[in-house]
Amino acid sequence: MTRDLVVQFLAQGAQMAFVLLIAPLAVGVVRRVKARLMRRQGPPLLQAYRDLAKLLRKESVIAESASWLFRSAPYLIFALTWVAAALVPSFASGLMFNWAADVVALVALLGAARALLALAGMDVGTSFGGIGSSREMMIATLAEPAMMLIVLTLAIAAGTTRLAGVADFFIAEPFGVRVSLALSLISLVIVALAENARIPVDNPATHLELTMVHEAMVLEYSGRHLALIEAASHLKLVLYLSLLICLFAPFGMAPATAGLSGWAIGLVAWIAKLLAGAVLLGVWEVSIAKMRVFRLPDFVGVAFVFGFIAILLAFLTRGVFA
Amino acid sequence: MRGPALAFVYPLSALAAVVLGVVDLQVLLSGGEAATRLPIGLPTIGFHLRLDTLSAFFGIVINGGVVAASLYGMGFDRVKELTPRVEPLFPLFAAAMNLVLIADDAYAFLFSWELMSLASWALVVARHTDPECRRAAHLYLVMAAIGTVALLFAFGGLAGPAGGYTFDTVRTHPPQPMVAALVLMAALVGCGSKGGLIPLHAWLPLAHPAAPSHVSALMSGVMTKVAIYGFVRIAFDLLGPPAWWWALPPIVLGAMTAVLGLLYAVLDRDLKRVLAYSTIENVGLIFVALGLALAFRANAQHAAAAVAMAAALLHVLNHSWFKSLLFLGAGAILHATGRRDLDGLGGLIHRMPRTAAFFLVGALAISALPPLNGFVSEWLLFQAVIAAPALPQAALHFASPAIGAMLALAAALAAACFVRVYGTAFLGRPRSAEAAGAHDVPLVQQAAMGGLAFLCILGGLMGSVLAAALAPVLDKLAGGALPGPGSGPTPFSLIAFDPARSIYDAPIIALFVAIASLTTLIVVHRLSERRTRRGPAWDCGFPDPSPATQYTASSFAQPLRRVYGAAAFAAQETVVMPPPGDIRPARFSVVVVDHLWRAFYAAPGRAVIGLSERLNVLQFLTIRRYLVLMFVTLVILLSIAAVTT
Repeated sequence: MTRDLVVQFLAQGAQMAFVLLIAPLAVGVVRRVKARLMRRQGPPLLQAYRDLAKLLRKESVIAESASWLFRSAPYLIFALTWVAAALVPSFASGLMFNWAADVVALVALLGAARALLALAGMDVGTSFGGIGSSREMMIATLAEPAMMLIVLTLAIAAGTTRLAGVADFFIAEPFGVRVSLALSLISLVIVALAENARIPVDNPATHLELTMVHEAMVLEYSGRHLALIEAASHLKLVLYLSLLICLFAPFGMAPATAGLSGWAIGLVAWIAKLLAGAVLLGVWEVSIAKMRVFRLPDFVGVAFVFGFIAILLAFLTRGVFA
Repeated sequence: MRGPALAFVYPLSALAAVVLGVVDLQVLLSGGEAATRLPIGLPTIGFHLRLDTLSAFFGIVINGGVVAASLYGMGFDRVKELTPRVEPLFPLFAAAMNLVLIADDAYAFLFSWELMSLASWALVVARHTDPECRRAAHLYLVMAAIGTVALLFAFGGLAGPAGGYTFDTVRTHPPQPMVAALVLMAALVGCGSKGGLIPLHAWLPLAHPAAPSHVSALMSGVMTKVAIYGFVRIAFDLLGPPAWWWALPPIVLGAMTAVLGLLYAVLDRDLKRVLAYSTIENVGLIFVALGLALAFRANAQHAAAAVAMAAALLHVLNHSWFKSLLFLGAGAILHATGRRDLDGLGGLIHRMPRTAAFFLVGALAISALPPLNGFVSEWLLFQAVIAAPALPQAALHFASPAIGAMLALAAALAAACFVRVYGTAFLGRPRSAEAAGAHDVPLVQQAAMGGLAFLCILGGLMGSVLAAALAPVLDKLAGGALPGPGSGPTPFSLIAFDPARSIYDAPIIALFVAIASLTTLIVVHRLSERRTRRGPAWDCGFPDPSPATQYTASSFAQPLRRVYGAAAFAAQETVVMPPPGDIRPARFSVVVVDHLWRAFYAAPGRAVIGLSERLNVLQFLTIRRYLVLMFVTLVILLSIAAVTT
């Protein structure tokens, strides 16, 4: 019993370490793929790690008008995102603590990180910080209803809102082509693009443009604070990729009862799928242009409509109209 | 009465509220009941009082708010801030709210309800020299009267032709289904108008902010809960077994109220009015939860009914804490700066550090962010919505995704709204001389806010304990309860339905976040360059010292206005840009139309005035014509009597 508990603890700790360590690599893969497709040499795969190390070595310059909130927010944002990322089942479905938050709580944890970031953006009192914060919160109001519809569809299909439960359900019940799940997948991809400030919602490579959202919020950060914010956004990308993998491609994931060998297979499968997701994201980003801010309601609205149709189809397949 | 005598009002109110709260708590935990009949009131009815677990729960909510508001009142300056127009009415208002909860017959209920309305009206009109206040008070009086008339009908329907006005008689003789449905609608109008359910909400954002801030805290944080109590008492206790379609009006109106309330809040620039609009939103959420509880109960899905009811009741408790906290914080800002327009504030986190910290807790809690208390009830509400597709009625199926999406939209808008409020009032640089010269409030007022902030944190971590304490009420109203604290992985796991389905464990998550942030703090400080330099803001290289270059509350709302305002308020932006060479300044204007006000207030108001002008002729007739009118009336009445008999 105690040995079990220790193993479980180690597994949970291992997952926290894995997501933290692999996050910059995923970002490196995205950047590299984009660069190669644009016929550029591109940065080395490990550049994101070097950037973080460089930022940690630099001194932090803080605006005179900044308050304690500005200095403490990066730590909280990083911790909230890290915990949220560790709660998504990655290589095994039944780890120690991923029962503690279901998907509703997970979305809310990310919401807390976002609210803190938006507050930090307004703290210094500049126009760029404000523009980033207000647009970020506007995008959140578009994305969250769509996310809720996805959660509802999954809950109807799997009968639970616990991610591990949903993953177990899909592992145990290999599904054929279910239209409602396919629509949910598209919907979740759009939400993930919006939440991670990726093209076409926001351009992570841009800087000093009036169109930026995420970068505008963090414009005043430097040194170790900026490193934490950057690391948190890398973690968030891995979180959403893991979420997509866990919900729509859970094959290979170790079930709750698996031993160490199952976990090893699960880990390899997860990393492979994660990197594949990063490549796909890179390909997607070079093939589409960034949208104007006020075109976003149309784009994220697609996620909402697909989410809604998915639920109605889920009602049909469950035969509730009969 | 002079200042020194008035100063005793608050300590005594606080003491009385503590005593009443302890009694309530004792009744709730022991599940006991106490009833009595006073020989006053109407001759044959008397004045019945009863304290059961439902009243006790709401009593705890109310007396908690009264204690906080009284503590805040104790910080007032004895000479300058106490007036005979406010202080004597404060305990009357608090007592009337307590009385509504323990009323056990229709007469006692309506009498205390009216007392509560009038006392709060008098508090709203305390600053009667301000025409805005007078307008707010006038509208409030009209709406309160409409609400009471509706409640009068509701109790008439409950009493039936036999006239059994005591609640015991009503319970044993529930009305016929058609009458019961009418009673429910009347209760929805009566309680909804007090709670701010759209379209009966228009008085609330005017009247709540017009009162002194600690009274605003009571009205918004607590009096709206009395309205909820009235609805719960009538719909779940007195009306007998529900029909499933009763659930639709509260759910639909509640969801509309939640979204529209926040859209109003996000566009408003007055701090206290924003808070009042957000109260409307929260009342909407509670009505959605109550509607879902009705639907589940009508289908005998008691576990789901318990989840929905727990969501409603916990949100009642949570909202009373954070809304009181936020209104007291708004009062502190008003006291320190003399302003409540968001665009004139800024940078208060430097000058009012404690108020800023407490307000931040309230703002994050009301945005339903974990691990604070607002999220506990929001989580339960989402679980109830997720269970709604299991209901057998097709209308409720189709409603459930729409309701879920609207609630998610409301949650996201709430976060946007309170980031905007906090970001413009407390963060950034001061936008006016008053904001630059602000100072923190007296210690006892800080204590009032600090206590509520502590409760918001504690309630967030101990949500499962609170839910367990509600078990007797849930059992009575919903016919079920949440799984007990022993059935989850830890004693503090909040469980909806069963542990395999949905768990939210706030202490574990909070622990993980705490460990993660502390580890990060230590590791980053070990590894990194620790030096920190203060410098001018970077702002892309062109920092402007003028505070006018910051984002304001209006500019923060602009994206939301463009996305949602066009549909909800026919919002239109016009930019007049003079051609090059012309030295006229460019102009920007926004037109926002309040459709609800036009349809439900302005149009009926015009109709009433038009009609009364027509009928005004009747006032100036000759005596002959009056005699003719009377004769005609008599003939008509007699012929009606002849036909019907």
